[in-house]
Parts: sequence; C-alpha cells; structure tokens
Amino acid sequence: MIQKKIDLSKIDVTKLGLKVGLEIHQQLDTTHKLFCECPTKLVDKGEAEWVVRQLRPTRSELGEVDIAALFEWRKGRLYKYFAPLSSSCLVEGDEEPPHELNAEAVKIGIAVALALNSKIVDEVYVMRKIVIDGSNTTGFQRTAVIALGGSIKIPSGKVIGIQSIAIEEDAARKLREEGRYIEYNIDRLGIPLIEISTDPDINSPEEAYETALTIGQLLRLTHKVKRGIGTIRQDLNISIAGGVKTEIKGVQQLELLPKVVTYEAIRQYRLLEIMKEMKKRGITEDLVRREAKITDITSMMSSSKSRIIKRTISRKGSILGVKLPKMHGLLSVEVQPGRRFGTELADYARFWGGVGGIIHSDELPGYGISSEEVDRIYDALNAVKGVDAFVIVADDYIKAKKALEAIIDRVVNAIKGIPRETRAVLPDGTTKYMRPQPGAARMYPETDIPPLEVTSRLIDEAKKIKPPLPHEKLNELVSKYNLSTELAKQLLRDVRIDLFEKLVETYRSRVSPTFIASLITSTLRALTREGVPTHNITDQHIEEIISAIASGRTTKEAAEDLLRFFAKNPESKIDDAIKQLGLGALSKEEIIEIVEEIIGEMKDEIKQAREKAFKKIMGRVMSKIRGRADGRLVAEIVKEKINKILADSQ
Amino acid sequence: MYSEHGYELLSSKGIKIGDRVRVKRKDGLVVEGILLPRYSISKKPTIVVKLDSGYNIGIRVDTIVDIKIVKKEEVSLKGEAGSPAVMPLIEKTELPAKKPLVAIIGTGGTIASKIEYETGAVKPAFSSEEILEAVPEVGYIADIHAESIMNILSENMNPEYWEQIGRIVAKYIESGIDGVIIAHGTDTMGYTAAALSFAFQKLPVPVVFVGSQRSSDRPSSDSALNLVAATLVAAKAPFAEVVVVMHGEPSDSYMLVHRGTRVRKMHTSRRDAFQTINDIPLAKVYPFEQKIELLKEPLRKRREEELEAKIKFEKKVALVKFYPGMEPEIIDFLVDRGYRGIVIEGTGLGHVGDQLIEPLRRAIENDVVVVMTSQTIFGRINMNVYSTGRKLLSIGVIPGEDMLPETAYVKLSWVLANTEDKKDAENLMQRNLVGEINRRHTYTVYPRWLY
Repeated sequence: MIQKKIDLSKIDVTKLGLKVGLEIHQQLDTTHKLFCECPTKLVDKGEAEWVVRQLRPTRSELGEVDIAALFEWRKGRLYKYFAPLSSSCLVEGDEEPPHELNAEAVKIGIAVALALNSKIVDEVYVMRKIVIDGSNTTGFQRTAVIALGGSIKIPSGKVIGIQSIAIEEDAARKLREEGRYIEYNIDRLGIPLIEISTDPDINSPEEAYETALTIGQLLRLTHKVKRGIGTIRQDLNISIAGGVKTEIKGVQQLELLPKVVTYEAIRQYRLLEIMKEMKKRGITEDLVRREAKITDITSMMSSSKSRIIKRTISRKGSILGVKLPKMHGLLSVEVQPGRRFGTELADYARFWGGVGGIIHSDELPGYGISSEEVDRIYDALNAVKGVDAFVIVADDYIKAKKALEAIIDRVVNAIKGIPRETRAVLPDGTTKYMRPQPGAARMYPETDIPPLEVTSRLIDEAKKIKPPLPHEKLNELVSKYNLSTELAKQLLRDVRIDLFEKLVETYRSRVSPTFIASLITSTLRALTREGVPTHNITDQHIEEIISAIASGRTTKEAAEDLLRFFAKNPESKIDDAIKQLGLGALSKEEIIEIVEEIIGEMKDEIKQAREKAFKKIMGRVMSKIRGRADGRLVAEIVKEKINKILADSQ
Repeated sequence: MYSEHGYELLSSKGIKIGDRVRVKRKDGLVVEGILLPRYSISKKPTIVVKLDSGYNIGIRVDTIVDIKIVKKEEVSLKGEAGSPAVMPLIEKTELPAKKPLVAIIGTGGTIASKIEYETGAVKPAFSSEEILEAVPEVGYIADIHAESIMNILSENMNPEYWEQIGRIVAKYIESGIDGVIIAHGTDTMGYTAAALSFAFQKLPVPVVFVGSQRSSDRPSSDSALNLVAATLVAAKAPFAEVVVVMHGEPSDSYMLVHRGTRVRKMHTSRRDAFQTINDIPLAKVYPFEQKIELLKEPLRKRREEELEAKIKFEKKVALVKFYPGMEPEIIDFLVDRGYRGIVIEGTGLGHVGDQLIEPLRRAIENDVVVVMTSQTIFGRINMNVYSTGRKLLSIGVIPGEDMLPETAYVKLSWVLANTEDKKDAENLMQRNLVGEINRRHTYTVYPRWLY
C-alpha cells in the first residue's frame, strides 16, 4: 500500500526523468496595441460600455474541432465585456476588423530573437488560436511565430534551447464569474506579448527558475517591456519518465516556479504509483465500467442531518452515488501537498458537471453524514466497506450525473496513466485541473491580416535595439559603472534596470552609479519589507530625488526618507517633500555652527582622547544633522575643528 | 497561387500542397511541416509551411537550399477551416412533432461558409444538413429546406439576380411554405430586400433576409444567432412582409426586424450596422427566449392574402450623388445612353447646383423620370423652401419624400419595368406602396448619439 502522505524530503524530483519546457509571456511597452491604435494601458474607471456575447466553436484548417472549445459552448456560457473607452475600441470589441500588425512589436520581437540567435522567418503569418473561455472577444487569440531555434545560457552554465518566439495579443482581464456569465475587462486585450518557448531541456526546479530569470532579464534589457504584476507570465510543460506532458498556466511569480515544477513532478509520480496500486488490486477498465453504476440515493438520504444533503433536498436536487470498485483508501492518497486523488476527481466533477464538490468514502463519516448512513450507502451502491470506495454528489440531477460520469472516466484513465491536462496554478504552487489539453487543431490562419514580410530594413532596425545578453550586461555594469558584482547582479534582476541606465546617463558626474543602483535595488526592497507602500513610487519620484541630490538641494542621506514620503504621498512635489521633512541640505556655515556647538560641549573630552574623540563627535553631529549634509563634508569640518582645538591647547 | 519561381521549385521535385516537407534555409534553419497554399499575394516568391505547433510561417524561395518530401499527402486539406463545428446539443430533447417549414435560400452570404484552402476562396456550406450541424437550434424552430442558388459577393448583385432570387422565392411561397429566408451578403442586402418588397406587394408569409457582419469562420460570429432569429421570424412572425433580420446591438441579446424598404447598412463592420431609417423597426427578436416583440403595426398579417408577384426590374436607372462642382455632362451622359430613370441624392432638403438644372430639364423632356432624395439620409425632401428646390419642381423633378436614396433607386427600377406611362410612374414614385414612405416623423426616428 502506498503512503497516504507525501514525504517531500524523500522525493528527489531530478531523479524522475524530469523534463520541463517554459513559455514566457511578457507584455511589450509599445505605444499602441498589436492590432489597433489603442494605448497599452489598463483602466478600471471612466466611461465604458458593456457588451454580452456567446462564442461558438469552429473547425480548424484540418477540419477538426477543439473539444475544450466545444465544451465551453455546451455549457451555455455568456461573456460580459467591460469596454473602457479610453483603452479599447471597436477592434477589441470585435466590431471592426484588426488593423495591420504593429511593426514596433515585431521589431522588438526580432531584436530579442537576434539576441537569442534565433532564426527569423521570412514572412510572418498571423494565426487564430481558438481560445473559447471568453478571454478574447473573437473567440481566438491572434498569434504569430517570428523566429525559430536559438538558445540561452543560464547562470549554471547550461545551455537551454529555444523552440520558437511568437508575438501575440494579450487576453482580456477576468473580473468575475457569476452563474453562466463570465465578466472581462477588455483593456488588456490586444496589448502585444512576446512569447518565448524553450525546448524541454530543463531538468530541475532550479534550472526552471534560472531559465525564467535569465530570459526575463534579457527581455528587460530591451527597455521595451512592461513591468509590474501580471506583465510577465510563465506557462510550463512538465513531464517525468512514464508521465505525460502537462501544461501549467499562469505562474506570475518567478519564486513560485521551482515549487510548481516540484509539485507537478510529484503529482505525476504519485499518479503512477496509484496506477501501479490499482493494477495490483486488479482494477481494470472493464471492472470499473461494469460496477461503477450511478445510483440515485436521494430518498434514502431524506432524513440525513447533513447540511449539504438537507439543502440539496429542499431545493429539489438529487443525491447520486457511484461505487468505485476496489478503490478503498486510494481517494485519500495525496498527489500534491494538501491535494488528494479525491481532490483531482472533484476538479473533474466541478469542470464537467458544474457541481460545487463531491463527498467520497475516504472522508466519511463527516459532513454531517453519520456512520450508519455510510453503511447504508455502501449497501445501496452494492459496495463493500474496506474494499470499495464511493463518491456521492448532491446537486441538480443532470449536473450530478455529469459530474459522476466525469469521475468514472477519470478513474478509468487512472488505470491507463496520466491524462493530458491543462492545469491552473494555485497560490501555494500546487495546481488544479483547468481543461483538457487543446491540440494544434485550434490554429487556423487570420485571413483579415496580410502576412508581414520581414525585410532587411526591419532586421537592421531591430539590430539597433538588440538587447545584450544578461551576462554581457553584468560585465558591463561592473566595468563601466564600477558596481560591485553583487550589486550588479541585484540590478540585473530588478525591473528598474532601465531607469538605472537612464539616471546614470544624466547624473553620473554628480551622483555615483553605486548609490543610484543601491537606491533602486536594496533601499527600495528594504522599504518594501518594512511594509512601506513602495508600489506607489514611480520612476519620476526616483529621478526627482536623484536630481535634487545632484543639484545639492538635498543629500544622499535624505534619499531613503524621501522615498518613504513619496510612497505615502505619491502626489507630492519633491521640493515640498524636502521642505516638509526638513531634509534640505545645510549650508557650510550651518554645518560649522552645529559642529562648533557640539565641540564646545565636549572640549574636555577632546583634550583627553585627542584624535580618538573624532568618532564620537561625528556621531553626535550626524545625528543632529539628520541627513541634511554630505558626511564627507561634515567629517572634514569636524577634523579641522578638532585639530584646531588640539593645536590651541598645546 | 505560387508565383512562377516558387511553383517551379516545388513541381520539379514533385511536391504538392498537403505534403509534409522538410525545408532547409541558407542560414541553417530547418523546418518541417505541411506545405500550404497561400491565401494572399506576396511580392517575393514565398512558400507557406504549417509547423506541428499549428503555426504557419513563410520562407522565401530564394533562401531555400534544400526541400524534401517527408511524407506525401500528410493531410488532405478539407477546406473547412473556421467553418462552424458540428454542435451536438447539450441534452437530447424531443423535437416538437409538427414544425413550420422554412426554406433557406443561399446567395453567397457567410451564414455557414468554409474557407477552401486549395483556392483560398470562401465557399458556402449550404446543405440543410450542414446548416443544422452548425446551428442545431434552428431545427427546434422549424423544418428547413436549404438550397444554394448562387454564390456571389453582394457587391456583384444586380437587378437580374434580384429577379432570379424573386422567382425562386415565389416558387417556394406558391408551394405553401411557412416562410422564406434568404442568406445574403450584407453590403447590398438592403437593395435586394427593397427589390423583393416591391416585387411582392401581396404576400402570405414572411420573406426574411439575413447575413452576418462577422464571418462564420470565427467563434464570435453573429451568423448563428441571426439565423436563429431569422428562422423564428420566418416560421412564427405574425406578419407577412419582406424584412431584414440582423443584430440589434453589439451584444448577442436581441435582433431587429427591419422593413425591407426602410433598412440601410449604416456601418462598415459593427454587428448592428443595419438600421431602420426614418421609421422604427418592425420588431425585436430574442433568440434565447425565442420571442418576437412587435414594435409597430405590420403592413400585412400572415396568411391574409395570396401572393401577387411582379418580378421585373429596369436596368437603365441610375443613382447619382450630387457633389459641389459636379459637371452637367454626367447627367447628359446618362440621357444620351438611354437611361429611363435617375435618382438624385441631392443636398439638404433636395437641391443640386444651378449647373445641373439645364441638363435635368433636358432629361425630363427626354422622358427620363428624375426623383430627388437627400444625401442627409435622415429627414424628408422639401423642395418648396428654397428657390433651387422650387426651380427643380417646376422642371418636373419628383420629390422622393423620405425614401432612402437606395430604396428610391430600386423602386424606380421596379416602377419603370412595370408601368408603361411616364405619368403613372411619377405618381407611383410619390405613393407609399410597401412602407417606403413615412409621412410622419416623430422625435424617435432619429438616433441619439452617445455623448
């Protein structure tokens, strides 16, 4: 019998034949969207329209129909689109044909492709990729491959192959789901994305992290990408030996990647173990199909104290149950931390049947269902306690029936191995079933957009904005700006690296690159950790602070307090901030006055301790000055004054 | 489809569209995939390859150093890309035993078209089975009999095609059918609808034009709901008129029923491009609720009268838009070429520049019927207000009331083909025959713009 709980310390996923490919999606910071002239910004307020639509599946070029698409339609879904006038037009609303492909986006894509040594196609064809969850008003996402092949070296030294580079439109933002309606904001729809897909060369969770990090850095070095939450998203394709390539969608935080990889490898490993156990117990497809009969047990449960059951009955719903032969105990086997095989079944029940959830024998008695009732259910389903398992669903008859049918299918598939799934990531790095995996069948040409010829002129223009590789950039940061390697590395990881370069360019002669780099990286990070709302701090705030330091209106020492102030008062002006905080730079005369005052109080000490008194005096002076003067200048004055006193006293 | 250079390269190796090929480019790029036909013209010889990922890419022929067949006829391109999927219904329910019978006539619209990959052409898929596969809801409303009678783009329509369509519609109506649907390209759907309105002034059942503003090769197409709504109207509407049924707003919420003589395509691409002008629509249709809501009194009720068809149109009629600086020779040309009618889209209340008065006088003296409409689209002609209007009236220009210029053109074409006498023709032009003239404009018949 397999262990019910997963012991993370005992599983080394790199020994499971792990193969991971990444798909990195990054929003491009173009002036307008991919197929229209709308700005690439998100808005929640202002004038807007609402549009309600349905979507119907269509066939691919090869005559096939995407089952996922068909399924959404059969659910009778309606989509409600919120269309802000400032950030969407008839094109996003699918009321006007797309304009020509945004050449700026293609140029950025080609620049990245050149940096990755990828081969550019001669003609770019925009395709329609059927996505019928409503996130695209058209029912498809427009996407185009611009380059194939290439590679990138990650910090460990390993080279990861690049499969393809595509330019595509971002989808609408999901707002909420209510009944048969799903609501979207279409402001995001049409923002250009670059999609970089790697080969499945990644063999460990750390490599997945390093690859995403390096590609993310490369993208930022174009200085043409958006930053902030949701502007970069990773999808993963993960398999282990004997497993199956599983798609995982929408990882937004880099730090979560290793966990997602680990947990998916474990899930496949555990599902294979469950498969072995099922075979050992002699569970066959035939047995399941024969014995798993969906049975209505509503009347039998009519006196149950369970709230779920009572509520269902009062709403004229049904309680249906199904026996899962010889499956006793297997439904409570964990496949990911906190997620059991029963949870996987429940995902299927929710998706295919639209029910709220399931109750299975491994968690009973519970949910207010007594042990006597459990025994009666076993009897009613012709099941044997301790041998068989059962699942019950309480909902409308049709929904409950569909849910149980999906569960039977899932159990049958468990004997065969691991089903091909697209899964959605959860905040803790585990995943849940999202839908069956769509095939290449969902692609067909976008005939409204002429193919774009990649001219030598376009490539020449792209060459001009080709980003340096991250390790080249690291060397440059160290040699050109004299940054420490550690600081340079931090900067490379930071979304504001483009701001750094801009500020250094302008203020280098008066403010050191090291100071600017650490302000952008470690100072801001420390403030975030403190709980300061640093998301309010804009590039302009930072530039104003550096500019004020450069012009002597404030000092380096004041920078942290100014950031703190802007985080809380993002609308303020820099000069008001300096005034309000009393952080204006002191004149030399004022510094001398303060120094003299303190030295006056400590005359005797100075005479005794002589030069050693310097440190103590500096401390007292600086605490009084509180960042309003450059430390070097203060030290100079203090030294001068001490020497004078010592000289006088001799 | 391939330019000569590309085609030679492929045919010399015996490579055909649909073969799986491996292509090597000068710079070392190797791609494998299915060779596809082009659907657009390219300046430089380029081949299109469908990769296993589903993406198409173009590779220039002059950069190819090697191309090999990996597998012959990897796929037979079925030419159905984007065509609506076969849609099994959610739950099998019993179909009503006795359903109205509706004919669906295809003229080349995009209700259920397929892209043909061999030629890149959009082909209508038009058997009854194909329609029911794509839009199964229709089968719950009516038994359908579908027939594709022509496959032309709507901009290629002409009065001869109107007659051809009219004759087939008449044939169906005479056979006792409960309603006729005509799937039509949207660009000139309003003209054809007006033509049949004049041709069938007595009618026992509805004749319903339907089209789509988003082609049916996309999941968001409006064609399916428009067809469902059109079927509802054809099968169940209480009126017997020639109408156009299209989306009422950008949402898939309701469709509007427009009288054929009052409808105009008012937008190049919106779903709700079709609007009733100078009147309100006849009805609203809610396809999900399967409900028809009348907005005004119909001209004729269902099964109140027998069909009376006069399906003849005069070709020598012109619709001429006046513009500042227009030269008189344009009118002279029409008269010299034997045109029998001219509808003018004048300015404002119904004016043209002074330079046109003489050529128009000459036209009328040569027995040409000249009708004035307005390029303002909304509102009524009134030629008594300004002196130019009075001059035009005095030479015999017929004021076209509040008729749409396009409707006036179609009407004149019908009138001239069905009357001998010029005076009769002129009288008919000023009489309201099938709702094309509305003598009362309330505030509600002009759109309120959204700001």
